[in-house]
Amino acid sequence: MVGITSYGAYIPRYRIDRGRIYKAMGWLNPATYMPGEKAVANFDEDSVSMGVAAGIDCLTGMNRNEIDALFFATTTSPYKERQSAGIIATAFDLRPDIRTADFTDSVKTGTTALLSAYDAVKAGSAKNVIVCAADCRVGKAGSSQEEIFGDGAASIMIGDSGVIASLEGSYSVSYDFVDHWRADGEIFDHQWEDRFIRDIGYSSFIIEAISGLAKKCKLDVKDIAKVAYPCLYAGDHGSIGKKLGLAPAQVQDPMLNNVGYTGTANPLMLLVGALEDAKAGDNIVVVSFGNGSDALLFKVTDEIERVKGNRRGIKKHLAAKRELTSYEKMISFRNLIPVEKGIRGEMIPPTALSELWRSRRQVLGLCGSKCKVCGTPQYPVQKICVKPDCGAVDQMEDYLFADKRGHLFTYTGDMLAFSINPPAIYGIVDFEGGGRYWFDMTDVDQESVKVDMPVEMSFRKKYIDAKSGIHGYFWKAIPVIG
Amino acid sequence: MADGIKDKVAIIGMGCTKFGERWEMGSEDLMVEAFQEAIQDAGIEKKDIQAAWFGSCFDDVNVGKAATPLSLALKLPFLPVTRVENFCATGSEALRGAAYAVASGAYDICLALGVEKLKDTGYGGLPEMSSAMGTKNRLIFPGITAPGGFAMMATRYFAKYGISPEEGKKILAKVSIKSHKNGVKNPKAHLRREITEEQVLKAPMIAWPLGLFDCCGVSDGAAAAIVCRADMAKSFRPDPVRIKAMQIAISSGEEMMYTDWDGTYVETATRCAARAYKESGIKNPREEISMMEVHDCFSITELVTYEDLQISPRGKAGDDVRDGFFDLDGKIPCQPDGGLKCFGHPIGATGLRMMYEVYKQLQGKAGERQIKDPKMGLTHNMGGFPAMNLISVSIAGL
Repeated sequence: MVGITSYGAYIPRYRIDRGRIYKAMGWLNPATYMPGEKAVANFDEDSVSMGVAAGIDCLTGMNRNEIDALFFATTTSPYKERQSAGIIATAFDLRPDIRTADFTDSVKTGTTALLSAYDAVKAGSAKNVIVCAADCRVGKAGSSQEEIFGDGAASIMIGDSGVIASLEGSYSVSYDFVDHWRADGEIFDHQWEDRFIRDIGYSSFIIEAISGLAKKCKLDVKDIAKVAYPCLYAGDHGSIGKKLGLAPAQVQDPMLNNVGYTGTANPLMLLVGALEDAKAGDNIVVVSFGNGSDALLFKVTDEIERVKGNRRGIKKHLAAKRELTSYEKMISFRNLIPVEKGIRGEMIPPTALSELWRSRRQVLGLCGSKCKVCGTPQYPVQKICVKPDCGAVDQMEDYLFADKRGHLFTYTGDMLAFSINPPAIYGIVDFEGGGRYWFDMTDVDQESVKVDMPVEMSFRKKYIDAKSGIHGYFWKAIPVIG
Repeated sequence: MADGIKDKVAIIGMGCTKFGERWEMGSEDLMVEAFQEAIQDAGIEKKDIQAAWFGSCFDDVNVGKAATPLSLALKLPFLPVTRVENFCATGSEALRGAAYAVASGAYDICLALGVEKLKDTGYGGLPEMSSAMGTKNRLIFPGITAPGGFAMMATRYFAKYGISPEEGKKILAKVSIKSHKNGVKNPKAHLRREITEEQVLKAPMIAWPLGLFDCCGVSDGAAAAIVCRADMAKSFRPDPVRIKAMQIAISSGEEMMYTDWDGTYVETATRCAARAYKESGIKNPREEISMMEVHDCFSITELVTYEDLQISPRGKAGDDVRDGFFDLDGKIPCQPDGGLKCFGHPIGATGLRMMYEVYKQLQGKAGERQIKDPKMGLTHNMGGFPAMNLISVSIAGL
């Protein structure tokens, strides 16, 4: 049996009330009005960092050393050339003898990556494949995309043992349907008219894929517990269900009102949402949309109980929210308006890529060392033990800090340091089990940060060196989620 | 068996420029200004100098690397010149190099000179430092600034001793108010005006809990010293100042990477001070030290330093501050010249500027800020951050 063995999700902590966006830009086109709120990635988040966050949720209790492949799906890679999956695999501190690939250029590819993972396990070329999908798409100021697009990520592990939902079948359609597009080097989507997208694409391909799947798998739609498909238009989302003969309870909440349309990650996030409420025997259908559609049928097994409640998934991330009270901050986070950064924000010191290569596990994986003689964990990796009365030389073993919690030894909120979300809060973390180091903090404000507060580590974008085209990633301390 | 530097070397001349926003003066001009005062004060000529030590920190935005900037500016006659850099102790390191060279017997007379022109960096505060921290730290250090690094010590100090931020800020305010009061009396200081508690408490936040007046200024300046063998010092002047101790201590990494350090004191300063007292033969610093110039880059640094130097008991420096113990008319006047608070911190010059004040005070030439009959003066520099730093402690006496 091949199927899902674990799942995880990530929703950035910031949510903005769409009324706030409308209040700022609704004058341009009053028809862009949408209710609810949407998730907004913090300034130091992007698809890669959110993919890591979802993947870490998915890896809870799983053995990282048994992962043979990592697939990452997104339409918003930070790099045109430098594989995001490779960055993510290093952040997870996976073995190097694995297969990594990015699935990109269509919001459909989250499910395509999932199918490829299934095929790899089914074919016996991998035992376990972790799929991460994330998107952080931006709309122009005053556009309907700006209102609808939300940021988020999901991660699904595919394997052949401990399967919590087996993949029973799939049906795909592929069309060069140009509803929206983004050429090389462009930030924003172009889009053809809504009626065309709705009637010819969205309302047609999803039905075609689900109908094809039902026929192929000899499935009566009445026997499906949940169908999860993206919501591009609230009204048409409901109509698709009706046309397929689905009762409203059979349709997974597309989270348009509280997260937004999360692109590539969307179907996988909805799948995680469905799995959170699933019970053994349930049939779950997940469907993507974008240059066609993939529909996948999963059957939930008894193993679901092993995972259920042990993940942050959708529910806990939804609950861990902070309101973003400024539209201007939202667009500044995405670098969509020129912001005065001052000399401290403009001066970006060079990145030594040979250093990054040498220290990749320490930097991207937050892997330190532990002294075999005295047992002291230490970061970064030391050759000589830092414990004053030990000092053993070359007696270190690998020690992962990324998955350790800690408490905040001390902190400050710095108005002199450049931050797009000042003050720049940073502090010193004492890790549970030993080890101390200083880190930037994020997803926290000056008023709520306290000495000794519990923290965990989060993979974030540390800097962008636009002149050299470098996105620097590292780990920051955040308040423990949930 | 080594017996330290005590009484082997004397300072026979010193010079110090006016510190401030010296827009019209380049580093070369500042070096000449400090140097000319020093040799005139020593009553020597350039040709009497046998070797020189030159301190500057931000070489990329200051004078450039190597020792040539000093030699070229002063037209030193093909002398051996060494450039030193050790963060905020750079000026003290220049003096230490010159003093050690004399103590070794290699030379009779040496020059130490430090300069920094921070106003050519374009920054308020010290320049962005991540490129100066090495290729790996650049990837993993937080986006830390100097005030932020020290603010974290204030956070910890307040937490450990149960001091509310409001109460803590009031104690720190007194540290800055005292230094400003002294700075008014010093024509060479950059900031020469008194400040009130209200001003300090209402000032913009720089790095919580430190506000604007908890931070030292940003200035240009240079300072210089002429040192010679102690046994020949009186042939130059009747009142040479003898070096009693010169100690440096650098973090081993345990404060930052091991969890024993509690963040309310500076480990290096504690160890450096103990070594300096031993070298100088001081048994009871609270009784034997007459005056101090400590590294008040931030008010919290000065407060904690009182404790690290064994002047105030741990956690009790605030009591001494409230009692006026460190005021100009107190038991141990601290920052009689106004300190970094009023002089700013042109890094290469600071350590030598501190010694300039000790030197003048010991000679009784400090004008209206003269302390009564001082015997032993101490200078202290701190570079880096409390969790990872370097310290110098120097002691001089008549």
